[in-house]
Formats: sequence, C-alpha cells, structure tokens
Amino acid sequence: MAAFFLRKLFVLLPTFFGVTLLAFVFIHMLPGDPILLMAGEHGMSPERHATLMKEFGYDRPYYIQYGLYLKGLFHGNLGQSIITRKPVLQEFLTLFPATIELSVCAIFIAVFFGLPAGMIAATKRGSVFDHAVMTGALAGYSMPIFWWGLLLIIFFSGILGWTPVSGRISLMFFVEPTTGFMLIDSLLSDQAGAFRSAISHLILPALVLGTIPLAVIARQTRSAMLEVLGEDYVRTARAKGLGPIRVIGVHALRNAMIPVITTIGLQVGTLFAGAILTETIFSWPGIGKWMVDSIFRRDYPSVQGGLLLIATVVMLVNLVVDLLYGLINPQIRYMD
Amino acid sequence: MGKTTKLLAAFCGFSLLALGALDIQAKTLVYCSEASPEGFNPAFYTGGNTLDATSKNLFNKLVEFERGTTTLIPGVAEAWEMSADGKEYTFHLRKGVKFHTTKIFAPTRELNADDVIFSFMRQLDPKNPFYKVSNGTYVYFNDMGMPDLIKEIVKVDDHTVKFILKSKHVTMLADIAMDFASIQSKEYADKMMAAGTPEVIDQEPVGTGPFQFVSYQKDAVIRYKANPDYWMGKAPIDDLVFAITPDASVRYQKLKAGECHVMAMPNPADIAAMAKDPEVNLMQLEGLNVGYLAYNTMQKPFDNPKVRKALNMAMNKKAIIDAVFQGAGKVAKNPLPPTIWSYNDKVVDDPYDPAAAKKMLDEAGVKGLKMKVWAMPVSRPYNPNARRMAELIQADWAKVGVKVEIVSYEWAEYLKSGQAKDHDGAILLGWTGDNGDPDNFLATNTSCESVGGNNYAEWCYKPFEDLIQKAKVVSDQAERTKLYEQAQVIFKEQAPWATISHSLVSEPLRKEVVNYKIDPLGGHIFYGVDLK
Repeated sequence: MAAFFLRKLFVLLPTFFGVTLLAFVFIHMLPGDPILLMAGEHGMSPERHATLMKEFGYDRPYYIQYGLYLKGLFHGNLGQSIITRKPVLQEFLTLFPATIELSVCAIFIAVFFGLPAGMIAATKRGSVFDHAVMTGALAGYSMPIFWWGLLLIIFFSGILGWTPVSGRISLMFFVEPTTGFMLIDSLLSDQAGAFRSAISHLILPALVLGTIPLAVIARQTRSAMLEVLGEDYVRTARAKGLGPIRVIGVHALRNAMIPVITTIGLQVGTLFAGAILTETIFSWPGIGKWMVDSIFRRDYPSVQGGLLLIATVVMLVNLVVDLLYGLINPQIRYMD
Repeated sequence: MGKTTKLLAAFCGFSLLALGALDIQAKTLVYCSEASPEGFNPAFYTGGNTLDATSKNLFNKLVEFERGTTTLIPGVAEAWEMSADGKEYTFHLRKGVKFHTTKIFAPTRELNADDVIFSFMRQLDPKNPFYKVSNGTYVYFNDMGMPDLIKEIVKVDDHTVKFILKSKHVTMLADIAMDFASIQSKEYADKMMAAGTPEVIDQEPVGTGPFQFVSYQKDAVIRYKANPDYWMGKAPIDDLVFAITPDASVRYQKLKAGECHVMAMPNPADIAAMAKDPEVNLMQLEGLNVGYLAYNTMQKPFDNPKVRKALNMAMNKKAIIDAVFQGAGKVAKNPLPPTIWSYNDKVVDDPYDPAAAKKMLDEAGVKGLKMKVWAMPVSRPYNPNARRMAELIQADWAKVGVKVEIVSYEWAEYLKSGQAKDHDGAILLGWTGDNGDPDNFLATNTSCESVGGNNYAEWCYKPFEDLIQKAKVVSDQAERTKLYEQAQVIFKEQAPWATISHSLVSEPLRKEVVNYKIDPLGGHIFYGVDLK
C-alpha cells in the first residue's frame, strides 16, 4: 500500500509540472494582453505600453518568464495578481473555502439522493420508479445550470420567500472569516441566527451544483447494480436464503461501488467547472468566479496559480479515490 | 448512516428552512453592485465598480462634480484662481477636513498641502517612493495627459497649493475633479512605509469622504460606515453595504426581496417589468455616452464624405436602437451626448432613405462594395449588443447593394487592431465621458493628434481641428460653446462616423430610498441618500 501510494505520488510530480506548462502556454496563447485591457477604450500610447510591459516583465522571452515562474514556485511564491496587486496564494486561500463548502454539500446531496435512487431503480427495473429516476436523471443532466439556478431563485426566493436570493449569509451578521467556512465561522461567531442564515444561503446553490453529479451518480449506480445483480455470487447469496437487504446492501452494492466511486471522484472536476456558473448566479465568493474574471482580465499570475492549485486538488482527490478501492474491495491489491 | 454522514447532514442542513429574506437594520443602505472592486486606490483603475467603491464615496478631490450633474463645485479646495496666462492654478484648501480614523490609522492632523502634493506626485514622479508601490499603473492620470501637462506642484503654505502647467489647459479643473485625483493621506502613507507595509494604503483606504472603509470580503461584501466628522456633515444613513452580485437577474430578485435598496446595471430586458413594479422606483437619465460606427477615412471609398453620408442614410438607426437597446437607448445625431453643454440640437440628422443613399453611392461611383464591419466582443452601455447591431447594419446595407462581412476579435486585440491606420472597413465603438467636458469627447476621439490612437475613423479635417483646438485654449464657456456647436455642424457634413446611440441609464431603487440622484458620469454616490 505504501509503495503504491509513493508510486502514485511520483506519477503526480510530472503531471504537476505538465500543468504548470500547460497553464502558462494556454494563457499566453490567448490574444490580447493585460496591459491593454487595463486601459480599455482609453487606449495607451505604444511608449507607455512598452514601459508597462517592461515593468511587469512581459517583454521578456517566454522561456525566461516560465523559468522565473517555476523559480517562484520552488520558493512557494505563485506571484502577485496584476489586477488586485495581492499574492495569488492569498487570494486563492481566501476564496477556496467557499468553493469547498459548496462542493462538499453539493456532492453530499448528489450521493445522498443519487445512490439510493440508482439502487432502488435497479432493483425495481422497469417499474414506474425506475422510469421516473431515469427521466429525472436525464433532465438533471441536461439542464443548463444557469437556467436551473435562476428558476430555483425565482420560485423559492421570489415567490415562496423561503430562501434568500444569494450570498453566503445575511448582511445583518458580521462574521469574521476565521476558517473561511461560513457554517463553522457562523457557529464560532456566537451570533444568534447566524448559522441558520448561513444554512439557508447554502441550500439552493448546493442543490444546483449537486444536480448534475446527482444525475450521473444515479445512472451509474443503476447500471453498476444491474450488472452485479446478474452475477452468480448474488444468485448464490439469494439461494443461501439471505434477505434482500443483505444481498443488495452487502453483496451487490459493495461490488457495484467500484465504478460508482470512480464516478464520484471524477465529479470533483465537474464540480469545479459547475462552480463557475453556480458561484456567479448565487454571488458565492469562490474560486470559480475568480478564475473566470482572471482569464477575462488576462491576469496571468492568477490564472496560472489558480489552475495549478485546482489541478493539484483534483489530482489529490483522485489519489484518495484510488486508495478507497482497496477499502471497499479487499480483493484489489495495490500492486503492478 | 454513519457518523460522518450525520455530521454532513447537519453541516448542510437539508431541511428547507422557511426563512424569509432578512431585513436590514434601519439606516443601513445596501447597494447590489455588479463586481468586486479591482482594488481600493482609485488612481490605479478605470472600472466603474471600482470607482464606486472608492473615490465616489470614500475620497474627495480638490474640485468635485455636483451630485447629479457635471457642474464643478469646490471640493477640499474651497477656492481657486487661474493666472492670466492660464498656466498656473492656485488652490486654497478648506480647513478642518479630517481623514478617517480606522483600526490601523488615527490621523494626528487635518488635510493639508502635503496630502495634495503626495496624491499627485505619487502618480507623476517615478522617483517618488510610492510610485512603484502595488505596481501602480496610473492609467487615467496618463490618459488625461497629466505627465505632459503638469510642470510642478508647489506648496505655497499649509493650505495653499499651486499647480504650474507646461501649457494652458482649460479643462484642467474638470480633469482634476476625476477619480484619479482623489486626495490620499500622506501621514498614513508615511506611517505604512515606516512599518514596511506601504501597499496597505492601497488595500485599506483612508480618505476624507462621507463614508469610511470597514471591511471587504472578496466577491461577497464591502462594508462602510458614515464618517462622523465629514466636513459637509454626516451622511443621513449610518452604514453602507455593497453586496457584490454579478448576475443582473439575481440583483433584480434581491431588490424585489428587499435584500438590497439600490442595484447596479439592470438587464435591458427587465426594465419594462421594473417600471411596473410597485416596490421599485425606476430612475432614468440619458447617459453621457455615444455609440458610433467609425469609417476608416484613410481607406477608399470611405475617404469620400459622400460615400460615408450615403451609408449613414442607408442605416435605419431607429430600428437598430429599438432592437439593441429595447427601450433603453436613443438615436444619436451628434458625437456629443445631449446631456453635455454645447450639444448642438439644431443639427439635423441624416434621414433614413435607402433609395437616396443608393443614388448617392452610384454618383460616387461605388458599385458592389464589399466591406468589413467590426463588432465589439463586449457589452458596453453605449452598445449592449454590438453583434446584433452589426447584423442589422448588414441587413440595411444589403438593400443598397453593400455586402458586409462582420468581424470580431478579443477585446484588447480589437482595440489595438482598430487603432491601426490601415484597419479594414468600419468599426463599432463608443465613448463614455470622463469629466463632462466636450473636449473629452471631441479631442480624444476625433482630433488629428488622436489619429492612430483613439480616433478610430483616422479622421483629420483641418476646419474641424481648428475649432476644437481653439476651444481648448479659450476660457469663456459661452465662446467655447459656439466653437463646439460649429464643430458639430462640420462633423455632420463630413460624417466620419455614423453616430448611432446614446444609452438611457436606468437605476432601479426601492421605494423607501429617497434623495438618490443618478450620476451622469456613471457613478453611484450615496452621500445625501436617505431611507424612509
């Protein structure tokens, strides 16, 4: 297991550097430059443009810029945003907890509802419930996040008035960001009603972000379960006289979980992509919105740093998923 | 269900809580802004949301614009004189102007000449110790030509400052009423420099304005409180909150739900519903902007004014405005907006007459013309949907036998390529006024000096140039008005642009908000605003 872990970590290293190179190349391949974007319609004289390009170091050859970027990375320095003039790592760490909080809740919704829905649909194949789950999953997967978010806001916030429209907590509360996780910070703040307000703000965005993973997990669980339920060992378990709960819950589900866990792991990347739209609609101060803004502004250090950090998180989550396989199915051994 | 699952369930709280929108305490005004500020030093940026969050509410200038107008009034300078040759401006500073007291800074003195000199020299002098702090780019200061204009700034005494210019510049006062000229505290800057953290002055702003900075959570909220010592008197509201809400539809929902009192930049499609909404007071004002199509007048056949005029007459501007602005725009006939002084209302716009246009093109020997129309990739107040506008122009011109290819590029590339003297065809663009002076429109966009720069028509026409250059050095406003009025007549005759649109700025607010005034310069100013 330790050897497997080390080998996986070793594989991550070239991936990590590959990401640094890709992020650098992609952002520099985009037309336009940040200095001209700063000036907007006002324009800028070629002399002034040249001076500022020099000041920011963008007049140097690309390989030197990339080398300096790597040198900074070795010293733990991701650079400074050219828009806000703040360190990229600081900006990322300020915003990342909000995305984590939202994503964890979204994946929780997806698993909490998707897994049982897929299981029941598989065991009751061809039933009304099965058709309902599959139709719902298809609809959930196909629904544009932007439209779905606005629809929920109009219904639950506008018409019913049950949930707030957007944000992370009511402006009545002044919660100091201690951990960056609003649910925890609101509890720590000791302000009556703050936690309740934070939860009410989280419900709709988590539901919207969790919709696509929910649909994917439900479909994947159903198909994996159908495959497993037809296996000989399930028939044997039934023949032994085991109850349906034990047969499905222990024998079938455990084996069906391998592809489902893989799917859940892969959904982490999808969540970050979905977070861009969800955060925009719900004014959620996370990294999705920050990355998009940075790309539009050609904020090179923020885009490079942000992509690298997000890719690292996704890689680590997938590493954890790989390790989980062994826990679920001890037959899997971490060997070549 | 395991412990972890239970914990997560509690963490997420998946029982829909029947919570209504929470009311904000009285005298706290919540403004739903459209984006996070880029930073907190207005000298670095040009974005409207950044200036709202800084100079419009936190800082003062020597000279200010009267709220709701472009009229200049005294700011922290209570009086000023100009020398006979127009090259020296002497400002007399108001006494008793206090800087904000914050968690990290308690001023020991009131505003004086050192603060004024510091605020300008930081942007002017590369040797100033603060020049490079926070990688300052001072875009506006440079755009307005300040480095070429200001020769020296002299402290006459603690409350008198003299600006010595290299040449006469009649728009100097309007220029220094702009956001980049916000007065910062030198005492604060020195203190932060001594502490080894000079960049803090650009992140935790200290000004003399009606509101003072309390806290900022990126992409979420900015909090301010009323400055109790404000020299014009404390603001009627106690707290000001910017709730950063990027999506316009969501901003409207928040306004309806009472989660904000004023919202920025409504969707044009929502304006009709807002006008009927009993909870919303929809204020509207013609914007200080112009949207245009600039022909490259250095290129054939657009070097011929008759061709340009014919194309203008083949364009159904009314239909374009209706389709693109959905009621939030107005047809432009001049390169100046109607809200600016010297606007010449007597100028008659070219009629929409495709038959006459075709005849004029034939007379000019233009047959089977194929050309490019550039469509901006971004939305701007003067043109919210350039692609749609270009398509409508394409359809109109097809009727007179002109075949249009619509092209678009990434925004920075669009501007850069559009400035090239040999750029192909005609380009959709526009301008939003910075300081309410006609010079800021005409000299910036249509002077000979700006060819190859902001003059996207690459148009240099001596009779016009003479008028706008003369208007730059004449002090008398009545005389300047006459010059600009004549210039607009020539502009219409020569038609380097098809002047297309002026936007109608819409500001939706809740009914309980009183004394709000729309800023013709596009800002959101909350001093003087109250809640019923």
